[in-house]
Amino acid sequence: MYVAVKGGEAAIANAHRLLADRRRGDRALPSITIEQVVEQLGLAVDRVMAEASLYDRALAALAVRQARGDMIEAIFILRAYRTTLPRFGYSEPIDTAKIKVERRVSATYKDLPGGQLLGPTFDYTHRLLDPSLIAEETVAEPAVKEPGEHVMRVSDILDGEGLIEGDGRMPEGHVMGDLTREPMEFPMARDLRLQALARGDEGFLLALAYSTQRGYGRTHPFVGEVRIGEVEVELDLPEVGFAVSLGVIRVTECQMVNQFKGSAKQPPQFTRGYGLVFGQSERKAMSMSLVDRALRTDEFSEDIVAPAQDQEFVISHADNVQATGFVEHLKLPHYVDFQAELDLVRRMRRDYEAARTGGEDGMKEAAE
Amino acid sequence: MNDLATYNFAYLDEQTKRMIRRAILKAIAIPGYQVPFASREMPMPYGWGTGGVQVTASILGPGDVLKVIDQGADDTTNAVSIRAFFQKVANVAVTTRTKEATIIQTRHRIPEETLKEGQTLVYQVPIPEPLRFLEPRETETRKMHALEEYGLMHVKLYEDIARNGHIATTYAYPVKVEGRYVMDPSPTPKFDNPKMHMSEALQLFGAGREKRIYAVPPYTEVVSLDFEDHPFEIQKFDKPCALCGAENVYLDEVVLDDKGGRMFVCSDTDHCEDRRAHGHAGHMLARPTPESQEAAE
Repeated sequence: MYVAVKGGEAAIANAHRLLADRRRGDRALPSITIEQVVEQLGLAVDRVMAEASLYDRALAALAVRQARGDMIEAIFILRAYRTTLPRFGYSEPIDTAKIKVERRVSATYKDLPGGQLLGPTFDYTHRLLDPSLIAEETVAEPAVKEPGEHVMRVSDILDGEGLIEGDGRMPEGHVMGDLTREPMEFPMARDLRLQALARGDEGFLLALAYSTQRGYGRTHPFVGEVRIGEVEVELDLPEVGFAVSLGVIRVTECQMVNQFKGSAKQPPQFTRGYGLVFGQSERKAMSMSLVDRALRTDEFSEDIVAPAQDQEFVISHADNVQATGFVEHLKLPHYVDFQAELDLVRRMRRDYEAARTGGEDGMKEAAE
Repeated sequence: MNDLATYNFAYLDEQTKRMIRRAILKAIAIPGYQVPFASREMPMPYGWGTGGVQVTASILGPGDVLKVIDQGADDTTNAVSIRAFFQKVANVAVTTRTKEATIIQTRHRIPEETLKEGQTLVYQVPIPEPLRFLEPRETETRKMHALEEYGLMHVKLYEDIARNGHIATTYAYPVKVEGRYVMDPSPTPKFDNPKMHMSEALQLFGAGREKRIYAVPPYTEVVSLDFEDHPFEIQKFDKPCALCGAENVYLDEVVLDDKGGRMFVCSDTDHCEDRRAHGHAGHMLARPTPESQEAAE
């Protein structure tokens, strides 16, 4: 029979061998170690951890290498591993006021307790290619502030004056959802929406966030604060009667402050959009907070007029592992369906020809 | 890192399997109803059969014999890949023979051979919602099912007739199950729809990305939607299979050359091979071409 589309096991095995060859590249060059990926491509590792929802730098780096640097493929590999892990429990909410900030900037105040701290940012670098990176340059030791200082959150400053809505609280008796263990249902509460956004595709969220700035669901945002740093994760153990520390993770948090004119139910006040992402990813955290605020239409009696405000649209399409799978599945064979469509198109063309040559009678027949 | 590589029988952990089995039982209890389930990330991409694979993984036992087909064929790459996956994670017996299989996972076809009691057909489903392309919102479509509000679908079929003189849906042709739920039979050609009706086999449908499972229990009414004056019809082929001479089977069109040469062969490879083994021959088999020789091997 027709062999071209019939792969078979040998073809698959050969394809995978070729993939391994291309992944390794020139054998004369040393292969990249996982440690090198962790240390030198740290932001790629961060993105994979964030969108795979698994905080493990070594495994994320392995996934990046295995995927030849294809981020979505790496995210997919790490997610497929994550899903097999048993659940011991749910950690306590992290206290982001206790982040040991390495970077912290606010756009709403010139100066504030704790100050502005630029940290390891690309901001204000001139994007000129740097040939010195090609050679093994020695890099100067950084000047860093002594870590360990807890810095007050900007939202707490506004909160003190009562000018901003309270920190997001779910209604009394609300059991926190788990997107990875329960089927999605709409309308979706904010806890689940934030989970979906946190693992959502950076590019998709960036584009949606950008669209709100250009008038498609405007939210009048200010960056109250972006902070990056390490924070402790704790698990409550009923057996011992208190929460124990599981370790520290690096996160990026963005609190977006949005103007709100008030409604029948609420006085004029600032509202919040929230973003929290594993690792260092300001772009993602900021995009997430813009989209989070845009999606809160029901809380502020806002009309849904733009894609970024439409939760079914946003949440159903934010997951890049789902999206890439379904888009790419079009390359799988579809010839059974295509055969049915070929048959239909041929039939419709015959009807069309008959109608054209047969004049009125033909038209009548086709309409019947 | 070696201990990372150990997985449970059939990949999924037992808690997950239990959750999926509950969804399957509910689906069987309400034929044609889409049961939401907490679909897991699988080690193959969404859209490539993750729903079917999760259903199969949850019902598979060590004594089962598994057959996997894609487009009716056992040797298409994704069918080979899924079969290899279950051989690897469940060490289960596999077959290409429809009558020997206890579980058949399929994409886009129902085998030509009538399925028997005790067999389970697991469909891979991309978009489980038959109303999705008429109404994109899940919140709306669930309401429509609850209220048995299927007017929109009939209007769509009617518009087809008004515009083309016939219903222009050729695959994923909507059916009504046990007189209640309108159901998407997955993108099988409408040719296969009648095989679902009163089937002796259990039919399970898994949609991984969309997180839905639904079912047609054995001996269930499955009726393709139509109108009294425009009754449902299946595709008919002018010629029999070029290799085995079978008639009234679904055929694939194979392009032979760049001069318009075509041949039509069975989409169900097992059925075709079985017929040839029993001495049936189509007109191309009598004059073997390199292509047909290879397939006969």
